[in-house]
Amino acid sequence: MAAHVEGQQHPIGIYLKIWGLLFVLSTASYLVDYFHFQGYLRWFLIILFMLLKAGLIVAVFMHMLWERLALMYAILVPTVLLMVLLGIGALEADYTFLTRGVFFLKGLF
Amino acid sequence: MTQAIGTSTGQPLALPEGIQGIVADWSSDQRAFKNVPWGKAMMWIFLLSDTFIFSCFLISYMTVRMSTTEPWPNPSEVFGLELFGKSIPLLLIAIMTFVLISSSGTMAMAVKFGYEKNRKMTFILLLCTAALGATFVGMQAFEWTKLILHEGIRPWGNPLGAAQFGSVFFMITGFHGTHVSIGVIFLLITATKVIRGDLDHERPGFMTGRKGKYEIVEIMGLYWHFVDLVWVFIFAVFYLW
Repeated sequence: MAAHVEGQQHPIGIYLKIWGLLFVLSTASYLVDYFHFQGYLRWFLIILFMLLKAGLIVAVFMHMLWERLALMYAILVPTVLLMVLLGIGALEADYTFLTRGVFFLKGLF
Repeated sequence: MTQAIGTSTGQPLALPEGIQGIVADWSSDQRAFKNVPWGKAMMWIFLLSDTFIFSCFLISYMTVRMSTTEPWPNPSEVFGLELFGKSIPLLLIAIMTFVLISSSGTMAMAVKFGYEKNRKMTFILLLCTAALGATFVGMQAFEWTKLILHEGIRPWGNPLGAAQFGSVFFMITGFHGTHVSIGVIFLLITATKVIRGDLDHERPGFMTGRKGKYEIVEIMGLYWHFVDLVWVFIFAVFYLW
């Protein structure tokens, strides 16, 4: 890309396609609730649609797909750390639930 | 796609790609984000910090919800709408989701027309985005009113179940709604700048004195898409859980 074009310029079609795709994915995640899917299937579908939508928005609408790796890694890698916080939160919640059950609700266990 | 960067000698310098590119960019003793206006890099870094703030909220919500021994109110029913005598689950939230996604679509196109220096289309699309954003905030106000006045939900308790429901709900959606409202204000400011031709004439901004450029439309867009992005996560983990 020797001839430098200013900023990010992409054909309008790609935005319209992603827009349509986001509508489809949102409808799909709404239908998960509408049809009362439960258990692991519900979780799998909700998280799948959530991550697909988030990925499409970041990659295309926010142009991350066309940025250099230096920026991509600087922004996306730190968010992986949040998985640690998520894990700590889940551990802590399970423990709190257990102690609440033991001390406040004798009938629960 | 090989990228190049302008140099003082006029010969564009090819930038390495891949992992080598990362090392070269970061160790170049210059700015690390090549060919990215600094305003845009700063917006990305701000958004990263905002990601951590929203993640703290959502992860605390998860912790609180998993650890409560009270039953959690069913969002599918709480946020249902009565339509033609039938109760449709989560209808309002679904409409809000579509409104916000549509605003993201118009924003993305506004950025495109901005770089093409198509003033009129950029202006119209920015106004559409602002209008959809305002619609979203309006619907959220309606939702809050319904919850506070008719369902008796308070930050410290509610008649449906776990007391944490109210506090988490008002905190998270309130913080997100604030982001949307601020976004609408800045969309209107950006739209005004575009239609007045400030960006074509590189007129400095009234607070910063920086030259006006069409990259501010893209920076505005980054913020707006981020607001949409956060809603994707709120929709999934708060309303669909």
